[in-house]
Amino acid sequence: MTAIGKVSLQDTVLQRGRSRERSRLLVFNHTVLLLLTAFAIVPLLVLSFNSVKTNLEIGQNPLGPPVNIVTENFPNAWDKGNFATTMGNSIIYVVVTIAAELVFGGLAAYALARKKPPGSDMLMLYFLVASTIPLWMYIVPLFVQINFLKVKVGVDARLLLIMVYVAGNAPLSIFLLRSYMIDLPSELEDAARVDGANEFQVLTRIVIPLTMPGFLTVGLVVGLGVWNEFLLALTFIHDPNQYPVTTSFYKFVDRFDRDWALTSAGAIIIIFPVMVLFLALQRQFINGLAEGGIKT
Amino acid sequence: MAVLTPNKPTTAFEKLSDETWRRKFLRNVLIPWIFICPLLIIHLYVVAVPAVQGIYMSMTDWKGVGQNANFVGLENYRELFFEDETFGKAFGNNILWMAFFLTVPFVLALFCATMLAQIKRGGMIYRSILFIPYVLASVVTITIWKNLLNPQRGVGAAIDQMLGLEKVFGIAYLGRPESALLSIAFIDNWHFWGFLMILFLAAMQSIPPVLYDAAKIDGANRWDEFRHVTLPGIRPVVLFMYMMVAIWSFLAFDYIFLSTQGGPGGASEVIATLLYKNAFFRFEAGYGAAMGVVISIFAGFIIMVFVTLRRRGWDI
Repeated sequence: MTAIGKVSLQDTVLQRGRSRERSRLLVFNHTVLLLLTAFAIVPLLVLSFNSVKTNLEIGQNPLGPPVNIVTENFPNAWDKGNFATTMGNSIIYVVVTIAAELVFGGLAAYALARKKPPGSDMLMLYFLVASTIPLWMYIVPLFVQINFLKVKVGVDARLLLIMVYVAGNAPLSIFLLRSYMIDLPSELEDAARVDGANEFQVLTRIVIPLTMPGFLTVGLVVGLGVWNEFLLALTFIHDPNQYPVTTSFYKFVDRFDRDWALTSAGAIIIIFPVMVLFLALQRQFINGLAEGGIKT
Repeated sequence: MAVLTPNKPTTAFEKLSDETWRRKFLRNVLIPWIFICPLLIIHLYVVAVPAVQGIYMSMTDWKGVGQNANFVGLENYRELFFEDETFGKAFGNNILWMAFFLTVPFVLALFCATMLAQIKRGGMIYRSILFIPYVLASVVTITIWKNLLNPQRGVGAAIDQMLGLEKVFGIAYLGRPESALLSIAFIDNWHFWGFLMILFLAAMQSIPPVLYDAAKIDGANRWDEFRHVTLPGIRPVVLFMYMMVAIWSFLAFDYIFLSTQGGPGGASEVIATLLYKNAFFRFEAGYGAAMGVVISIFAGFIIMVFVTLRRRGWDI
């Protein structure tokens, strides 16, 4: 009896000590993490505050929460920033690039993962080496090429920009989708073939549904990249009616430099779709971008 | 599969052995390459061909318009390295940029990921909020921070007001030569470090917990744990990102172009912004292309260093 009592007493003392130690450690952890999250989020909060203030109020209170909330900055920014057009353009850039990337990338990855035709090792090596070539090495000649197609052949500049985006993301989509497909047991595909499916059906009915997470990852990484992309759009799109939100916002901020209320509202309009998507798909976003960052 | 149909009737005329060979060829060679072709052709057209053209263009004095391009050999490179002081300055700034990004975000991300890995509850909320800056467009991030670093209305001015000072913290961080580059690096880092943290955190969470238990039994304190369990466990990711960030440091463009365009007086100029101005504003296409080749050589050199180290037995 006494022995048991001793042991249990010791146990509880030990446990209490351990849990106290743990909670103290976590207080430190949470303090640090709260400071860092404040560092991450407060600039965005200030932006949101300023987007619902008048310029007069920003002049007196440039950082704090708004005293009077006004909403007219948003319609003003929407009109003056020509967002109706540029948002539509950006949506086109994002959707078409993702679609082309997934179709072409999916086809190529499937061929490389499953069929391994003669020359596929060389091809993988090509994409590996090519993925390390910086954009700066080829941007000047590419500009000449694109300009030629645009001016002399008359190809839509938007299509050409999308082509550049698709090419830029090609190594990512091939490597990522291929690794997903290699992990898929090939017996499933063989079973479908025995049942009379042709190659295309095997791909659309078996492989794509089972490697959907890979496609989702590529879609998210590519889509976010295109929505936020600035340099290539600046270089290749010169017609204001074809601007994506980024380059259009760049000119907008240039023009309304002093009007913080207006530019803050414009910034909120740009990040709004991304934030909604991010909050809805946090896990996929974070894991997908992490995966995309490591594999390229 | 439009390709399959026209081939079908012809096979009827072939011998059996020929037919199976055809089918095999079709299934194992032709169709896979047809699957690969669209992406490969686009990539060759957008990346490979212009990259080779870029090497040639860098040896000409082409102005970007007209037909008159003369082959000048390595003249552009000679000018870059021995005459152009702005290039030397830009190169130095790239080195400073690299020094910043190989230390500040790594320390911050490692520290934060270690803190976050020990938390059981609410980790997802921290993760999400810390990751948010990474999903913002560069144009938006720069707009936010241009306002926050404004000398009259920004954070600095607010601190001055609180402390009763005048123009001590409320200075034009982006407008002064001595602070411009560092300020832009700070802004870019605000956007970037959360991403690095998430990568490190994912690597930390894949370390088997048994290793930590073993370390505890051996009487390890938290620093020992970090030093001998965590760090070796995430080493591959850290070193890989070290290589990537070193390369990215030579490609930096957006944040610098959007905030100062390399100014004031070239104080925040990097090779990429100099290249852009030369190629697209000053019509020095050949000269710009030469800078592009130089950037690529730096990137290739960094990759080579890492590959060599790995061959020498580093576990990268």
